[in-house]
Amino acid sequence: MTGPVLVLAGGLSHERDVSLRSGRRVAEALRDAGLEVEVRDVDATLLDRLASDRPACVVPLLHGESGEDGAIRSVLELVGVPYVGARPDACRVAFDKPVAKTVVGRAGIRTPAGFTLPAETFRELGATAVMERLVDSLGLPLFVKPARGGSALGAALVRTAADLPSAMVGAFAYGDTALVEQFVAGTEVAVPVVDDGSGPRALPVVSITPDGGVYDYTARYTAGSTEFQVPAKLDDAVAEECARVAVAAHTALGLRDLSRSDLIVDDDGQVWFLEVNVAPGLTETSTVPLSVQAAGLDLGELVAELVGGATAR
Amino acid sequence: MADGPDRPAGVTRSSTRLDNYVDRYAARTRGMTASEIRALFAVASRPEVVSLAGGMPNISGLPLDVVGGAIDELVRTNGPTAMQYGSGQGDPVLREQICEVMRLEGIEAHPDDVVVTVGSQQAVDLVTRIFCDPGDVVLCEAPSYVGALGVFRAYECDVVHVEMDGDGLVPSALEQAIASVQASGRRIKFLYTIPNFHNPAGVTLAPERRQEVLRICREADVLIMEDNPYGLLGFDGEPPRAMRADEAERVIYLGSFSKTFAPGFRVGWVLAPHAVREKLVLAQESATLCPPSFSQMAVSSYLRSHDWQGQVKQFREMYRERRDAMVEALDDMMPATARWNVPDGGFYVWLTLPPGLDAKAMLPRAVTARVAYVPGTAFFSDGFGSQSMRLSYCYPSPERIREGVRRLVGVIEEEMELRQTFGALPSGSTPAPPSAERGYESPNSDLS
Repeated sequence: MTGPVLVLAGGLSHERDVSLRSGRRVAEALRDAGLEVEVRDVDATLLDRLASDRPACVVPLLHGESGEDGAIRSVLELVGVPYVGARPDACRVAFDKPVAKTVVGRAGIRTPAGFTLPAETFRELGATAVMERLVDSLGLPLFVKPARGGSALGAALVRTAADLPSAMVGAFAYGDTALVEQFVAGTEVAVPVVDDGSGPRALPVVSITPDGGVYDYTARYTAGSTEFQVPAKLDDAVAEECARVAVAAHTALGLRDLSRSDLIVDDDGQVWFLEVNVAPGLTETSTVPLSVQAAGLDLGELVAELVGGATAR
Repeated sequence: MADGPDRPAGVTRSSTRLDNYVDRYAARTRGMTASEIRALFAVASRPEVVSLAGGMPNISGLPLDVVGGAIDELVRTNGPTAMQYGSGQGDPVLREQICEVMRLEGIEAHPDDVVVTVGSQQAVDLVTRIFCDPGDVVLCEAPSYVGALGVFRAYECDVVHVEMDGDGLVPSALEQAIASVQASGRRIKFLYTIPNFHNPAGVTLAPERRQEVLRICREADVLIMEDNPYGLLGFDGEPPRAMRADEAERVIYLGSFSKTFAPGFRVGWVLAPHAVREKLVLAQESATLCPPSFSQMAVSSYLRSHDWQGQVKQFREMYRERRDAMVEALDDMMPATARWNVPDGGFYVWLTLPPGLDAKAMLPRAVTARVAYVPGTAFFSDGFGSQSMRLSYCYPSPERIREGVRRLVGVIEEEMELRQTFGALPSGSTPAPPSAERGYESPNSDLS
């Protein structure tokens, strides 16, 4: 492999801060694994730098818009630089939560019932009437989130109909379209899937128990405010089902290298798919590094392996 | 129970909070958490974003050759002293110069009563450290400086806000607040006030009110912490007369070179009555041993070798031009139901949104539109301020300010449409409930 590995982190999405943290951690891990690494933000100089620096491979750790919606990866395809992770077309599908749910649902995976509605629809039809129908159809509680985006930004648990309008406004602050889902009570789990060339496989399931009950932005990025258990304390069959669902979602969406599926195990032990991340967080408080460690792997070596695979494609 | 998929033999299940120290922190760190607002401000640092959030002084006009020459001379002629520990109270020569600076605001002081600090932010910290026990009451304007609120929270003070209007602190509201606190059996340690070109409200305490505030505090036996970083940055006439100029025993005065010279040196000061000064020096020594000698001597050298008042005049003109650009843009573009003040100096405009809007909830939309501001709730300790925001005009060019306001207006119009769609919401039209977590929600230090 000639040339450095270029870690892209930052960007202009709402998740810039998280991305910078992921980038720092992965860069350090890759250096520990013996690779030459550069970290770069995405700006107007990127194309020139790609041409002049000729990185051996890019690790795009941009979260949110542009990073996970396939845009930057299209650019990398355009300039012919290898990169770790899913192709742009797969990213576009996976990043859009309602579309990903549809694809995953067609593969026979259970996902919460929900409706996807742009703000414009509420304006045209009258918000009160639409929200009444949503509550009638889906019941309570509900979970509202922006159709695109991560880190639980703009997401809210709605326990009463009176809370729904502010949850909708909160979601629309982050994007024009919102996903309103039935809330599934249970254990929230994260399941990384890696494919180092021998086919996708799930890493140990991580269960997530935030102190405040909701795994929101604060619970995600404040060390100490959430308890993680890895491997999750689940029945054998349930843990296997979580792994199967995560691999099936990864496969159905056409992802490659690394993904993380967020699932709920309900009180009956049934597994529900919530969403998938094509550039999962790799910060000090993220679940993927925990799972990697529990699998007996080293984060730097794992990403280095993925880099090796990407350059050989 | 299962081992889960891909679990190697010998790997045991573990439970972690990803913080090995989680049960050891002091209770006062409880509010030190990650927040969405802080995350959004990470985007504000990008050049694509017009940041009307940051309170960074615009020091592009500083004569860097003069500063460089002064520092070069300092190293050549006085290097070993400049790079050595110094007095806990601060460099004596600089303290004399500080007294000359304060004379411009009517203060007659002796250098012995000045303690140099690491920016006036450390002065707020030291004064609070020596006066406040947990539960003591500090009176603050409504709104108040976010950095001071963070200090008061760190010392577990109980902040009570006092109403302001276009002429600054409202004396009758101050009297009521004092009476109310005293009736509750709690002790007021001091009134924290920024009388000139207030951060974030942009208003200035009217001259007649200064005397009234002094009288009220004298009668109620309340000390005053007069924080005055912007006093020399007025756009019209002479600098306002400091409250300390008329009351030496009750007023602890805080000053700073961050806005009149450069914030990177981190040099501020506190002027206090003799007994208080003694304690401040001891507190300073326990905090830092001494303020940085190099920075103090560099500032001293600059003051001695350069027409620093001429430089401040240039700063004033630059900030006036930016103030005019912002106010003109607001006049031209803002919806009629928004309100804002026209500051006579300093860095900030305080804008109140049309009814029903929530500045904090709207911030993600603003960041998407590539404009940033500081939501008003950052400047209250009690959850108020949701309908307001601080707009800073000190740093961007007039053209960028206009562009920023244009973007902001687009965001407000979209948000108004959305709010109209969903009807009145509890958070926009009424204050959010008090939250114990709010004190540290403030954005980065460069936004303070």
